Order: sequence, then structure tokens, then C-alpha cells
Amino acid sequence: MTDSLRTGLFAAFVAGLIIATGALDNWNLALVILNYGLISAIMALGVNLQWGLAGLFNVGIMGFVALGGLASVLISMPPVAAAWTAGGLRTLAGLAIGAVAIVALTAVYRRMAAGKARTIVMLALTVAGFFAFRTVFDGGVAAIEAVNPSLTGYLGGANFGGDAGRDWWWMPIIAWPVGGLLAAGAAWAIGKVALGLRSDYLAIATLGIAEIIIAVIKNENWLSRGVLNVTGLPRPVPYETDLQADPAFVARAADLGFDATLASTLWVKLLYAGLFATFLIVLLFLAQRALHSPWGRMMRAIRDNEVAAEAMGKDVTRRHLQVFVIGSAICGLAGAMMTTLDGQMTPAGYQPLRFTFLVWVMVIVGGSGNNFGAVLGGLLIWWLWVAVGEYGPDLMIWVTSALSEDSTLRAGLVDSAPQMRYIVMGTVLLMILRFSPRGILPER
Amino acid sequence: MEFLNGLVFLTNFVVVPALAYGAQLAIGALGVTLVYAILRFSNFAHGDTMAFGTAVTIKVTALLVALGITLGPLPTALLALPVGIAATMLLVLGTDWLVYKFYRVQRAKPVILVIVSLGVMFVLNGVTRVFIGVGDIQFADGARFVLTVQQFKDATGLDEGLAIRTTQAITLVTAAVTVAALFWFLNRTRTGKSMRAFSDNEDLALLSGIDPNRVVRVTWLIVAALATIAGVLYGLDKSFKAFTYFQLLLPIFAAAIVGGIGNPVGAIAGGFLIAFAEVTVTYPLKKVLTYWLPDSMAPDGLVQLLSGDYKFAVSFMILLIVLLFRPTGLFKGQSI
Repeated sequence: MTDSLRTGLFAAFVAGLIIATGALDNWNLALVILNYGLISAIMALGVNLQWGLAGLFNVGIMGFVALGGLASVLISMPPVAAAWTAGGLRTLAGLAIGAVAIVALTAVYRRMAAGKARTIVMLALTVAGFFAFRTVFDGGVAAIEAVNPSLTGYLGGANFGGDAGRDWWWMPIIAWPVGGLLAAGAAWAIGKVALGLRSDYLAIATLGIAEIIIAVIKNENWLSRGVLNVTGLPRPVPYETDLQADPAFVARAADLGFDATLASTLWVKLLYAGLFATFLIVLLFLAQRALHSPWGRMMRAIRDNEVAAEAMGKDVTRRHLQVFVIGSAICGLAGAMMTTLDGQMTPAGYQPLRFTFLVWVMVIVGGSGNNFGAVLGGLLIWWLWVAVGEYGPDLMIWVTSALSEDSTLRAGLVDSAPQMRYIVMGTVLLMILRFSPRGILPER
Repeated sequence: MEFLNGLVFLTNFVVVPALAYGAQLAIGALGVTLVYAILRFSNFAHGDTMAFGTAVTIKVTALLVALGITLGPLPTALLALPVGIAATMLLVLGTDWLVYKFYRVQRAKPVILVIVSLGVMFVLNGVTRVFIGVGDIQFADGARFVLTVQQFKDATGLDEGLAIRTTQAITLVTAAVTVAALFWFLNRTRTGKSMRAFSDNEDLALLSGIDPNRVVRVTWLIVAALATIAGVLYGLDKSFKAFTYFQLLLPIFAAAIVGGIGNPVGAIAGGFLIAFAEVTVTYPLKKVLTYWLPDSMAPDGLVQLLSGDYKFAVSFMILLIVLLFRPTGLFKGQSI
């Protein structure tokens, strides 16, 4: 079977699954799966660049996704003017002091000769810098969080469009690449420190960084409202209620034989799907070009034999940093899209199993090193994840129908059916690793 | 007096909790480090193995309590612990036979085994959730305190009290017994020595007639016991929640790596180091300093260096610093 035929068949199979969900159950669900699946596919593409192309073991995807979500809030929400006047500058000054302290520490470490004197200076700098930072920063934060805490209590975003940012409906789309940039910046800093480590140390390091990023987003209320969540994010597509109130839309829906409510929900989701698919296609095109460019060949050469590549004069650490930043940026972009699609930012919702390890399952199952494999794996695994959660309980009722109606075992099994998705995902991953270790669409 | 009061306060709120937490981390880290030393991969499923063993123990405890069998002042879970260990042993041996063995025979790269362990992690996580649910479960029964604040105050006449919870005392005693038994096994028995030989140099160990399958089997058995003990102690001390156990993976790995991965002594030292750092940095030290410093220098704020939610950040910063400046860990570990 040729590669392209295999890819085509796999694509048709995934498309068939989504269409079958729409035809047999309902189209809203199918489109929701498609939208989140497209976002997952973008994440998988980013991870595939890091793992498939360069062999970097990054399990901090959740952190970059969350940073993208944060960017979505910071760009597309309206600013809170009162909070800015209350403590905005003071908070920023506090952060600046912290940054200066870190720069000074690095300078001392680099410039002074090793010895007792250096240790003492560095310790003194750390303590002084920390307390100066906390004194200035804490005051600013307290002032910001005191501004109308039940509704805002944070600095807000950069969307100056009226009506809670709705007039500038294009701001969320701007926020997506900004999410990528934010994730890229974080990845650069992390990569600088952690990329020299062995593969499984890098894994632990990235796992920890993701947890820290989530902890920051959860706790720094002045920035992201923390666990109070930010809701009502502006969207780049029309609102269902506006569509239903628009006579022209209702008339067109009626022409096509649709009820206005149903038509509006489907139309909004289709618009989102169009936006996400555009981004995905562009990224897939770029990733394909990168894969088959001299740069891609160099990356694979480094992945397959670092020592040999280094001997040929390739700067392995720099190339690793480069691909780590690019891959993380793509994950950040996808994270920003997801927060826009959700319409809210809920930091407590970021769970490593869902946002890191599930993406890994997508890449491995789809075929690491193959961009189409990663994208289709993303769509397939996302469909499976939703399907098990959605249809699992029904299936369990049917499986356990031999047991009596009021048996506790049966009730327990039916209740826990949604948790089956973890078992299914693990089993799928293990089966693929065992019987088709290169994934459904192997690297060429 | 002032000084003693400060010391007692510190002991009560920082030292005792950190000792208990450190012991739990140390036993967890021992499991990770043993898998690394013998099987040569970082086992991401360790947190969920702990959760599984604890879940079985909780179910058995509930059964025992329902039958009216308790341990008096001690938690019934101690009686159920051997059953939990046995179940976990069966589980890990099954996983090894079904999953890991295939890759070991192939001599797959360590990173492949890590990805395989991600798959095992997913399955175990799901199994535990289906088996016991996702809620928070308290399963400590028996007496709550070995020493209450009031008893301590009456005995010493100090203003500050010191309380030691039963679970904390049990954690420390069990940890001491476990660690002593493990080190005796590794250093004194033939099987233990063969394990260490296998860890130091696999080829040489094979040449001298050590049966690798036996070494691997024994390792998994010990790891299962350690994981279950760590999990049950942590659950008794705090509470059981499947997701929390998954999150424990980070401090446990940090402890193992900081101490020097593959080195059992390092795992214990790392566990206590991480625990003390986490508790100290995230506990408000105002009262201690008020006692210890002259009145004029008494702090205004809480002197809480970081809010409690940043405890992962603490273990992580230590991990990063050690990795950057001493990549093999504080005690010399393996670096493959």
C-alpha cells in the first residue's frame, strides 16, 4: 500500500467517524468534536515537530497550552481601567525589580571569580532582591485585586472595542498568534536551562514547568483572576442569539429547511471549524515544507545520531532549542484557540492527563515523524476520547443488562463508565506501541 | 522560654509534618530509583501504582471495619496493608509480563520504555478511578493523636503546644522499618547483592550467572511493596484522591533525582530535602520569628515566602539547581 493511499484511507476513516457521529447522533456534537479535534491536531503537530522530528521528550505541553489560554485573556478581554490606576504600574515595577535582581544575579555569577565572596554576594542579592520584589509587588497586587473582586479584580486585557470587547471581534484571532509568541518566550527560557539534560530528565523538567505555569495562572489573580475564572471572552464569530434575531439569517435557514435555533448553533460551529482548519492547513503546509527541507533532514540526522551530527559541525543544542521553541509556540497557538472556543479561561481545568499525555497518545498513535499522521491521530484520538465519555455509559448499561436493575455493582459500573476513557486511551497507546510502534502512518 | 516556644512552634508546624511527608516521599522515591537502577527507565506509572495499592487497601479496610475487626488505637489500614501489597505485586508482575518484558527482550531505548510507562499510567489511572471513584476518601481510624497540644502544654508549661498525630508517628516508624529491611536485603542477602551487581554492570552480572528474570521479578515485588506502603502512609496522613497521587509523581521524581537516581540512600535524603524545603518555604514563619527576634525586629507580614500552591515550584527549583550544578545528584547516582 502506498503512503498516499494509506494516508487517504486513514483520513477517510477519521472523516467517516465524525460524519457518522453527526448522521447517527447529532450534528452539533459532531461539530464540537471536529472543532476540538482540529485544535488537538494543531497541538499534535507541535509535539510531532519536537518528538517526531527532533526526538525531544517534552511532557510540559499543558503549560504551553495554558500560556496560550492566558494570552487569549490578555489580548481579547477589555482592560480594567480602575485596576490599572489602582496598582497596575506598581505591580509592573515589582516585576521589573524581580527581573533586575535575576539579571544582577546572573551577572555576578558570570563576572565574579568562584569562591566565598561570590557566594555571599549572591546570597545577599537573592534575599534583598526577593524582599524588595515582594514589598513593591504585593502592594500593587492587593490594590488590583481589591477593585470589584466579584467581577474583575484583575488587570484585564488589551481589547479596547466597546460593549465588553465585542465590537473588536477580531481581537481573539490576534490573540492566537500572540499565544504562540508567549509560549515561545517561555519555551526559550525553559529550553535554555533544561535542554542540555538527558531525555528523561528533560521529561521531568518539562512536567514540573507545566505544573508551575498552571500554579502561576491559578494564583496570580491580578493577571488571570486565578480560580475565579475569566468568563465571557469575546468571540471572532457571531453570537447565536444575534443570528436568531437577524431576519435575513432566519429566512435563509428556513429556505434550507432548518429551524433558526439549530441553524444558528451549527453555523457558529462551522465558522469556528473554518477558522481552525485554515490555521491547521497553513501550519501543516509549513510543517511539511520544513520536514522536506535541508533543515528537516538536518533535524532528523541530529535525532538519529547526535554525535555524528555534531561531528559534521551541526550545533545540536541550538537546533534543539529552535525546534523546542517552534513546537511549543504551536501548542500555545492551539491553547489560545481552545480558550477562545471555550469562551472562558478555567485554570483548574488544566489536567496533565488531558492536555499533555493525551496529546502524546495522539502523536504516537498517528505516527511520530509523520505530520499527516499526527494531525489525523489528533482527530481520531479526540473522537475516541469524546465517544467513550459520551457513549460509554450507554454501552455499560447494555453490557450490564444481565444484572438486576438495583444491583450496586451495576450502578457502580455505569457511574464509572466515563472514567473508562483513561483505560481505553492507555490500551490504545500500548497496543500501538506493541504491534505498530511507528504509528498508523509511519514516518517515510 | 521565648526561644523554646519558638522551637516548639516550629517543630509542631514545620518539622513534624515535614518529617512525615519526607518519609512518604522517600519511600516513593525508593521505588522510582529501584526501577531506574534495575530496569533502567523512569517509571511514570509509579504514582498510579501507589494509588492502586492504596485503593485496594482502602477497600479491604472498609471490609474489615464492616466485619468489626479493628486495630484499636491504630488505623485498621495497617491490617489491610499486606493485602494491598499482595494485590499490587500481582498487578506489577502482570504488567511486566504483559507489557514491559517485550521491550526488555528487544533491548528498547529507555525513552521508549518511558512512553510505554505512560500507557501503563493511563490504564492504571483509569482502573483506580473505576475501582474506587474520583472523590476524596479519609480512611484513617483509631486514635487521632499520640500526643495532644494540651498534654504537651501540661507536661512542659510552655505557651506553645506540640501535637503528634498517630498517622505521623506511624509514618515514621513504618518508614524506618521499611528502609532498614530494604537495606538489609540489598546489602546482606544473596538476591539483594545480585540486584546491586545487576544495577552496576548488567553484562558482568549476566556473565557471573545471575538470572536477570529473577532480578527483575524481585525488583518489581519490592517496588510494589514500597509503592503501596508510601501510598497508604500518605493517604492515612492526608487523604486519598486518585488525582493527588498522580501529582505526587513530581516531588517523588525530584527527590529521586536530587538524591542521585539509582541510589537508594540518595532517594531517602532527597525525599527529606524536598519535603523540608516545600513545607518551610510555604509555611508562614511569622510566629517563629516573633519569638526568636527582639521585639523591635519582629516581622509585620506573615513571612510566608511563597503561597502554598507553589509547593511544586519549590521541589522543582531544587531539582533544577541540582541538575544544573551536580547532574548526578547529591549522592552519586547513575547517569546513563
